[in-house]
Amino acid sequence: MLAVGLVVALLVSAGSGQLPIPADEVLGSVLHRLGLDWLPMPAHPRGDDTLWTVRFPRVAMAALVGAALAVAGALMQGVFGNPLAEPSIVGVSSGAAVAAATVIVFGLTFAGDWTVAVAAFVGGLTTTLLVYALARSGGRTEVVTLVLTGIAVNAVAGALLALLMFLGDTQAREQIVFWQLGSLNGSRWPYVAVVAPFAVAGIVLALASARSLDLLALGERPARHLGVHVERLRIGLIVVVALLTAAAVSFCGIVAFVGLVVPHLVRMVTGPGHRLVLPACLLAGSLVLVVADLAARTLVAYSDLPLGMLTSLVGGPFFFWLLWRTRRTSGGWS
Amino acid sequence: MAAVAQVRGVTVSFGTHRVLDGVDLDLHAGEVLALVGPNGTGKSTLLAVVAGDLTPESGSVTVHGRPLGDWRLQALARERAVLTQEQRISFPFPVRDVVEMGRAPWRGRPEEDLDDLEVAAAMQTTEVEHLAGRAFGSLSGGEKGRASFARVLAQQTGILMLDEPTAALDIGHQETLLATARQRALAGAAVLVVLHDLTLAAAHADRMVLLEEGRVAASGSPREVLDAAVLTRVYRHPVEVVAHPRTGDPIVLADRTDAARPVDVLTQEDPC
Repeated sequence: MLAVGLVVALLVSAGSGQLPIPADEVLGSVLHRLGLDWLPMPAHPRGDDTLWTVRFPRVAMAALVGAALAVAGALMQGVFGNPLAEPSIVGVSSGAAVAAATVIVFGLTFAGDWTVAVAAFVGGLTTTLLVYALARSGGRTEVVTLVLTGIAVNAVAGALLALLMFLGDTQAREQIVFWQLGSLNGSRWPYVAVVAPFAVAGIVLALASARSLDLLALGERPARHLGVHVERLRIGLIVVVALLTAAAVSFCGIVAFVGLVVPHLVRMVTGPGHRLVLPACLLAGSLVLVVADLAARTLVAYSDLPLGMLTSLVGGPFFFWLLWRTRRTSGGWS
Repeated sequence: MAAVAQVRGVTVSFGTHRVLDGVDLDLHAGEVLALVGPNGTGKSTLLAVVAGDLTPESGSVTVHGRPLGDWRLQALARERAVLTQEQRISFPFPVRDVVEMGRAPWRGRPEEDLDDLEVAAAMQTTEVEHLAGRAFGSLSGGEKGRASFARVLAQQTGILMLDEPTAALDIGHQETLLATARQRALAGAAVLVVLHDLTLAAAHADRMVLLEEGRVAASGSPREVLDAAVLTRVYRHPVEVVAHPRTGDPIVLADRTDAARPVDVLTQEDPC
């Protein structure tokens, strides 16, 4: 059902915009490229071109980023055995933001058009590894220590970001603010080609550890007694989370709440087993972001609303509703 | 008879506090070995060391003659199962899923075909079949204990380590649980169990080890270990041991008559 929903959303989203193209013509265009002449080609002379240079990369990016963020969120919650965990706890997003802002303020261009994305990716990953290294002592990492270390590092990152905005000129400030609001505007195929391998590799690794994550729900010691290398699993999956999130964030800025809300929604339907939760998160995350991006592009004519703002605006109240409902019905999370 | 698990000279400290001090222990196939002693004398710590959760500062632990550090966790999980004192879960897994988790070490091996059988048998033995669909987190303490014991049984290992498995159980389920452990021992398993109820331990154990401040104070058959004078010293409370009128099994009771309370025992009690 999720898969069908995703396909419909992809087609509708790709057909919507300043140049509307009906869904059958969108599908026709895709099939045509695959060598099948089943459905009509886009009637508009620039229709096919618009689809392949603007719409499809953007929709594909939305689907990829949504899947990456939702799977990263589900992994984080599984690794910490805590339904409130999300990737930003270990500093991926704030580290990426600081690095992106540094590049913007100092006008660095060491990688051409790609500079901001590369910096954000490296910043997110190094911050996560820093948090992990600081929280580790004697070969062990306690979850509470890790979360508290994350809070400390996030606070420093927030301060650095404020400093950078203070240092930058008006234009840089504006650019930083908009980067943080998140947008898929200007997604191109090369960007998709860079994000895709990280997202796919991360998701494959995540799916491979689904069973171990189930066992980890019993706690560290019982998981160990059942043959799980808890420490190894944990650091491995935190790196996977950092890769997924950093890849997603680097090209489209910060898209909040997808990683927190989607796994919760999915669990309500599938139950807690990670073998079902992870693939369902992949589809649901894609669906949510494709729809959110469609809304961002079309709610207000001729303008592109910030995607991250939109997901938070809807995700925040929704998350509150989830909390309220859970407290009322079962008296807690477990 | 060779020991399936052997502990030699194990010492563990938490900060400056020495919890275990040169402990030796042998666990044999076919026996139920009860580990007893007052609170904070290192029973659970010793169990954690044998389970491989804690690396001792000095001393060695071997399982089937091989040092614990040389075991792959997955292989070790097919040899020994552990029931921890507390049972918690982070997500609302139903009881049946939790019991199935006990089969995880057998994945990808021929024994995997027995998964459904073992899970069903374990749930029947521990009387948790009616809870199969309930979320583990919503169970009472005793039900959690039984469901976790089912998970440990489903793991089908030759060594069972149970840390206060009877703590939250009613008298009927206490007896069934220990009788189940005894059956496993009769079938060749080695069972190490931490217990507080000395009478219960005496009734179900082949051997007992009494810990006192991180050292072994006594070990041997229940009748040898359960000596009123030794227990009174170790537990810092007057203790009587009487024989059951029919079976002759030792029954351990706190001596509640005033005359039996020597002043020096009372003053020795921990001030906090």
